[in-house]
Formats: sequence, structure tokens, C-alpha cells
Amino acid sequence: MSILLHGGERVLVQGITGRQGSFHTRRMLEYGTAVVAGVSPGKGGASVEGVPVYDTVREAVADTGAICGVVFVPAPQAADAAMEALEHGIGRLVLVTEHVPVHDTARVLRRARAVGAQVVGPNTFGVITPGRGKLGIMPHEYYAPGPVGLVARSGTLSYEIAASLTAAGLGQSTALGVGGDPVVGQSLAGVLEAFEADEATRAVVLVGEIGGTAEEEAAPVVSRMTKPVVAFLAGRTAPPGRRMGHAGAIVEGDRGTWASKAAALREAGAAVAELPWEVADLVRRRLGR
Amino acid sequence: MKLFEHQAKELFRREGIGVPRGAQVRTPQGAAGVAYRLGPVAVKAQILAGGRGKAGGVRFAATPREAAAAARELLGRRIHDLPVELLRVERRLTVDRELYLGLFLDRSRGEVLLLASARGGVGVEEAAAGDFRERRLAVGARVEPFQGRELARELGLTGGAVRRLGEVVAALARVFNRCDAVLAEVNPLVVSGEELVAADARMEVDDAALYRHPEMARNEEASPREAALRAAGMTLVELEGDIAVLANGAGMAMATLDALEALGGRPANFLDLGGGTGEEPTARALEALAALGPRVILINIFAGITRCDEVARAVLRVRERPGLPMPLVVRLVGTRQAEAAAILGQAGVVSGTDLEEAVRRAVALAGGQRP
Repeated sequence: MSILLHGGERVLVQGITGRQGSFHTRRMLEYGTAVVAGVSPGKGGASVEGVPVYDTVREAVADTGAICGVVFVPAPQAADAAMEALEHGIGRLVLVTEHVPVHDTARVLRRARAVGAQVVGPNTFGVITPGRGKLGIMPHEYYAPGPVGLVARSGTLSYEIAASLTAAGLGQSTALGVGGDPVVGQSLAGVLEAFEADEATRAVVLVGEIGGTAEEEAAPVVSRMTKPVVAFLAGRTAPPGRRMGHAGAIVEGDRGTWASKAAALREAGAAVAELPWEVADLVRRRLGR
Repeated sequence: MKLFEHQAKELFRREGIGVPRGAQVRTPQGAAGVAYRLGPVAVKAQILAGGRGKAGGVRFAATPREAAAAARELLGRRIHDLPVELLRVERRLTVDRELYLGLFLDRSRGEVLLLASARGGVGVEEAAAGDFRERRLAVGARVEPFQGRELARELGLTGGAVRRLGEVVAALARVFNRCDAVLAEVNPLVVSGEELVAADARMEVDDAALYRHPEMARNEEASPREAALRAAGMTLVELEGDIAVLANGAGMAMATLDALEALGGRPANFLDLGGGTGEEPTARALEALAALGPRVILINIFAGITRCDEVARAVLRVRERPGLPMPLVVRLVGTRQAEAAAILGQAGVVSGTDLEEAVRRAVALAGGQRP
């Protein structure tokens, strides 16, 4: 099937009247995603791309039955918007917003755990199940349906790798970004578990990067998996102590290094590509094609 | 953003954590004056880096004359490659024991991790995992003093210090939450008779939350060039090599540097252009890269919300100006890729769509493989 987004789910967009919100609502609709409602406090009654706009999530959910959400709200209001969505039963929520204060994120994730909701992000391009729908901002032209699950910490680099997979005839079951922040809703380990359990997925590509220990924590899952895992990790040459574009991409002391991540994943049985354009070929070989 | 010791101590003091009496000075005379008031003092370099004591950034002085001499030695020196411009001069403590206390944001779990140890001070580096007591706390949650008192008993404290640790732990958690901190560390936390005193203080605040802390001074670690681009929403990190790189997306920019190095090149910088950056700021970023004096500039764009034609126009704008003698390697894929190739082609700039080819070309133009 797919993970997190299967197609046909009713979707709510928070911050739909903003520049990003309206543009990507159009792109999501174009791709066949069922965007049924938007929320923009103070703009209730308007419509964006034919989608009705509400003042509150409560009204939007009551009227349309939305169960998934995408948040494009600016960082200072993002936690408020996410809390509102979680309060009203949005079970899968993508936080696209960048620069959300990390204390706010932690509060949102605690609430999500309490209500049993899945949060993707913040600072993510979202989730796409090719051919079925997308929640987020990725350029969907580069994806195609197929057997490869793709999970990434970065946007553009994963578009690059998705495009190379698609060009090699290797489509994707689902592709998602966990987000570039230090604290995010989806762990790489958890996503790998989901891909392992997903029938449509036959191999997984993990696009990681320096900083934190998410890749090291994913390694034990890799070693239990029956499906091949190919990883590419960015930041091998990054100087320690510097934040490399993502708030989460920083080597702190001896923590979060490329070497530690590559060793953990290799030891668990993953193939770690040295260069981004080697990924597709490694996947093909591991799939025996 | 890292805080200076004196800034963190002021935040601690306001929440009721004991800190040594002292003041900040910028001259030897200033240091002598503080020592005259306080008696024996420690003279401490204020820099945004840890490991200061081992690097010689802390001196002890028994008299005002010694304090002035210590200040003269420290001011103008570089420690961990950072200039020492400010000193904190504070009263020397009578030390019975040195503890360690730290609060950290645990990235994996989105919680606060509290670590405490009876082996504080410089000894903390040799302390084994078993020497630490830990507690997990919810971000934003209040910590009750009893949790600190229990911790105190586990660390073997007795008497008044037990109650004091309860208060210190609760206060440190308040500072952490109030300031949007990702790290708040006291090492050592000195047991001095019945009192606990934060002899040193380290704090780091979440950059993304600074907008709601207008009261905090802004400590700048970036170079002027890095700071200027950050104001325009771009991230620049200057490096040592001779191939300047402009890419969009943090992961993509890192991967571009890695690929250059793997093929024998040396990147001059990391630059994440961000998403949807227009012609004008892109041109400014290119100018900043040209100013680094590289042998080649490599542009690697995979455009989703960014528009390739705007990047192409930025390239031409910068190229028309004098002072851009270095060759450009341009790789553009995505939104308006064909328009961009046409714009560049008309001006005689070769562009491509293949990443590997672009990286190889940049390395070759920079003088090929390193020996």
C-alpha cells in the first residue's frame, strides 16, 4: 500500500490564504489530493482554489470531515495551529513551517502522543504517495509509483535522489521528509518499521545527514529488516560546531558525525552510498534487478 | 545562540541560584578595582566556547595588583581562536565539593534531560556514565524542589546542601523553560559550607525562539559576510578551499561539498540559498561568493519553489560586473529549467543538468586532483 498517506484522505490546509499555502494547495489539488478545507483565522467564508476557508479547525472538520492536515502557518503561530488541529481529531499532521521554536515543537509532539496522532516535521517537505496524493511542497513531477520507500531529513537532496530513482525506473511507494529540525515528529527508526510492514515497499532509501543520533537509532531496525536499505548521508566534510543550513545539522563534540552514522548503518547491513548519484544503482542491485 | 558566562549567571541569579559576586571589566585597571572591593578573585575570559579553564582562560589573583596582571595577560589574547575582549572578575570561593548539574534538550525524545554528578569541575570529563544521575523532564514543565532533594541524597549530600539543591534544580528548570534554552549547565556547582554556588555557567538558547526574547543581547559568532547573508534568509559557512558553492537546500549543499571533496576538490564554503529565493538575493549571494576569491564557482540548483530562470538572471547580473574573473559551473534542474538554459545560452554561459558532470568539471577547473 503505502505509509502515512494512502490516497483519498480528506485534507485540511492551515494557513491556506498565505502565499505558500495557496500556491501549494493548488499543487496538491493538481496532484489529485482531496483538499477539502482551509483554515485562516479572520478569513472564514472565503475560498482558495475552490476550497472553502474557515476561521477555526473545529468548524472545518465539522463541515468537511478532514482527517489529515498540512500547516503553512508562520513559525510564531505554528504550535498554536498544530495544537488546534490535534484538538479536533486531525490524525496525520504535516508541519511544513521552518524555524518553529524547539520548545513549541516539543509541546506539540507531547500532545500528539497523548491523542495518538502522527506529526511529520516541522521543517519538512511533507509526504507523497506517488500517483495517489501528497501533503506538502515537493515537486511531484520527479516521483513515480513503485517499490522504493524513501525517508529523508532534507528536501532538495531527497528530490534529487527521488528523481534519480524515477529516471532509473525505480518508483516510490511513499516518500517523506522527517524534517530538518533537531526535534521532529517522526523518527527514522519508526519510519523504517512502517516501510518494513508495508506490502508495497520492497526496498528503502534513507537520506540522512550529520547531527543528532537518528541514524544510529535507526540501525537496530535496519538489522532486523527483511528489505534492503540504501543510505546516503550528507555532511561528511562539514566542520564541527557549525550549523549547516538545517537547525539539526550540526556536529556537537563527537556526536552526530558522518563516520558514526555510516558505521552504524553499514554494520546493520545497509549499503551507504559515497555519492548521491550512486544511490539508484545500489538500490537496483540490492533488489536484484 | 550561546550566552557568555556573565549573561547566564545573571539569568541564574535572578531565579535565585547563588553566583559569586563579581563584575565585568575590559581593562586591567577595572580588574584591579573589582579585586580591591572583593579580595581574592578569579579573573575569567568571557568567550563563547567551553574548555576555557584548560586553555588558560581563568586566572586567580590574591591582590588587586595580581588581578591587573592577570587581566593584562588575558585581554587581547585568543582562546580557542576567539578574541578575549571582556573579563569577569569574581570573588574566589571556598570549595568543599564540586558538583555537576546540566539540563539538555534531548533531540531524539523531545524531552529535557537532567544530568547531575558528584564529580564536577574538570573531573567531569573523566567521570564515567555511572557517575551521573539522570532525570527526564517534559519541556516547559515545572520541576518541584523535592526532585532536586532526592537527587541530592543520591549524590551523597547532607545538611543544608540537600535543600539548596532542591531549590537550584527547580530554578535551573525555570531558567531553561523561560529562556527557550537548549542547554543550561552549571559546572562546577560548588558546595561551600551550607551554600551552593554556580561557579561557572553555560547556556545556549534556541535561535528560532529569539524573536520572543527581545531582552536578550545578541551574541554574534558568524563572520560579517555570514551574518549579512543570514539576514537575507541564506546560510553561509566559510571554509578553506578554492571552489565556491551555491546550492539550494541544506542537504543538497552539504552533499555538493562532500562530492567535491570525494573527487579531489576543496570547497570554499557552504551556502544554502533557501527555497524560492529570487533574482536579487541570489545575485547578492553570488557576489559574496566571488568575494571569497575562489578559483571556480559551482552553482547547483534543484528547483522546486526556486525558479531556475531567476537564478540564471542573477548569474548574468553578477557576471556583467567587473571583478568576476573566475569560471562558473552551472547546473540547473527543475522549475523553468529550459528558460534558464536559454537565458544563459544566449549570454554564452554553458549550463548543464547533471550533478556528477558539474562536480567533475568544477574540480577540473580548480586545478584538478590534489596530489
